[in-house]
Amino acid sequence: MSKMVNVPSDAIIPERDLDKHPILEARHLGIDFGGLRAVDDFNLTIGRTEIAGLIGPNGAGKTTIFNLLTKVYQPTRGTFLLDGHDTHSMNTVQVNRAGIARTFQNIRLFNDLTVEDNVKVGMHNSMSYSMLGGILRLPSYWKQEKAAHERAMELLSIFNMEHTANFKAGSLPYGAQRRLEIVRALATNPKLLLLDEPAAGMNPSETADLMNNIRKIRDTFGIAIMLIEHDMNLVMGVCEGIAVLNFGKIIAKGTPAEIQQNPAVIEAYLGKTEDR
Amino acid sequence: MKLKKTTKQSFITILMVVVLYIAISVAKSGGLLTYSLKGQLVPICAYIILALSLNLTVGILGELSLGHAGFMSIGAFTGAVVSMSLTGEIASSLARLVIAIVCGAILAGIFGFIIGLPVLRLKGDYLAIVTLAFGEIIKTIINCVYIGKDSNGLRFSLENAEALGLAEGGKAIIKGPMGAVNISPISTFTVGFVLILITLAIIFTLVDSRAGRAIMAIRDNRIAAESVGIPITKYKMMAFVISAALAGAGGALYALNYSTIVPTQFNYNTSILILVYVVLGGIGNMRGSVISATILVLLPELLRAVEKYRMLVYAVVLIVVMIITNNKKAKLFIANIFAKITSPIRKRIKMKHAHETDEKEEA
Ligand SMILES: Nc1ncnc2c1ncn2[C@@H]1O[C@H](COP(=O)(O)OP(=O)(O)O)[C@@H](O)[C@H]1O
Ligand SMILES: [Mg+2]
Repeated sequence: MSKMVNVPSDAIIPERDLDKHPILEARHLGIDFGGLRAVDDFNLTIGRTEIAGLIGPNGAGKTTIFNLLTKVYQPTRGTFLLDGHDTHSMNTVQVNRAGIARTFQNIRLFNDLTVEDNVKVGMHNSMSYSMLGGILRLPSYWKQEKAAHERAMELLSIFNMEHTANFKAGSLPYGAQRRLEIVRALATNPKLLLLDEPAAGMNPSETADLMNNIRKIRDTFGIAIMLIEHDMNLVMGVCEGIAVLNFGKIIAKGTPAEIQQNPAVIEAYLGKTEDR
Repeated sequence: MKLKKTTKQSFITILMVVVLYIAISVAKSGGLLTYSLKGQLVPICAYIILALSLNLTVGILGELSLGHAGFMSIGAFTGAVVSMSLTGEIASSLARLVIAIVCGAILAGIFGFIIGLPVLRLKGDYLAIVTLAFGEIIKTIINCVYIGKDSNGLRFSLENAEALGLAEGGKAIIKGPMGAVNISPISTFTVGFVLILITLAIIFTLVDSRAGRAIMAIRDNRIAAESVGIPITKYKMMAFVISAALAGAGGALYALNYSTIVPTQFNYNTSILILVYVVLGGIGNMRGSVISATILVLLPELLRAVEKYRMLVYAVVLIVVMIITNNKKAKLFIANIFAKITSPIRKRIKMKHAHETDEKEEA
């Protein structure tokens, strides 16, 4: 595992990413739902090729943070910089084009489309032929569709899913659906990939494969990955920096080793020790 | 290259339409069709196009539209005005028909855009409500419109035919509640057939392209589609405008089959009728739309024999078909019967085939 170092504003990123712009800088990000402060004063810096973890008890606000980063919600307070650019005026589509792609805790595939078409929908913005070009089957259609097919197969091969290309996405088993969501997100050429509980519902061997593949994806695409996960083996095994969230606030940041020994974290997960 | 499953299905549908067309044309020239049946050929084509275009909105885009007759109406009256004002200008009735259809499609498409603009931005089923209102509003508006033509060109009024102030030799084309009158019926079965092919080609190629995938992605999961960078409103609008334009084309074809059309023909009932064709044929299933529109347009005609109970039988058939197409057990039951009926035939074909190969081997 690479060495984590401190950078200004009490953040940590891997040493190898130090000379590059961080991919994400969240600044005092916060959102209220009615009276509920779902997320408050969220500050986080993620290095360009970092694998970061976001953990915390159920209802802590982890998914809400992903929804803020993908502009499903506009923040009540604060903002975040993506690759150095402020995102306060962006919407979901623009943020995706700027480089953030995600998966969903409750799987959201295009169930009636084939696996291959799900991936091709992800490539929408890297293709350019028009609606008329498609209807009239102009040369640009054939050229780009051929390239898209090859790229889709290449991406599916990360998880050895090429043979499922013509299946309906909705007919895939649970684990495969989670993997397809990752492939679809990768198809948008992200700089930062957000995975919301990618191992949920997977068996231990599937989870072990996933762990290797997360590293493989980071290495081949050279992108940053942030994941929410309850499986501590996965989080501690693959993440370089971890942020712990409780009641919408970050209570600890650090390397896996630091987090495991942090008293505030232990308390959040196990409850106050003196009460027992 | 191996054909994709969907591509193969599309080809089968198109083949089916071509075969039907050839069969009917042969029957027609052989004098096998009754007079009333012949009169139904163009309306069948028009309603197939309307069902297909509505299926694009309902099945591919996944939005409910209850005012499809409104777009049909715009296409119909536009087509009537265009074709009648071009009489004398353009001698070829085919050319007039084509221009009328294109104009009907364009105007209906524009109306689709205007309606879609506020509605398609919203999340939720607002389109159904707004299109429902639109259909009724269009009907009411055309009820008040008077358009005439004289040597000075087209004239327009919202009061009455006299207010048009037509010069000597001028004629009224649209007369308010009396609708478009004195249309020369220039629609032909062949043009209807070609229009069906064009409609199918547009829908099939659209669905199997970047834009079509985006539209279906929105249908399947809007939030996920947005998360991979699909501009939602743009693609919803695209599908809806194409759907409206195709309905307009169908409407023009329909109108130019008659000498008179009235605005009240294109009312709520007509919209629902088209929706019934789509639902019965299967939502998103284009071949189903072609088949169900054909059968259901013909059905009242075929039931003339039992004149008195015509609508009753019609209703029963509708209910039965609905149960069959939407019930798994009923579907299985029908499939079993079908298999039983066809199995002796299939066996015979197999035997014959085996026999032939035997013969070949012997030779
Ligand atoms: N759209 C919403 N409206 C109201 N409350 C919400 C909404 N989304 C999330 N919340 C609340 O915010 C809190 C954090 O939820 P969430 O981010 O899903 O937690 P988790 O850390 O388990 O992913 C929960 O109390 C949840 O009920
Ligand atoms: Mg969550």
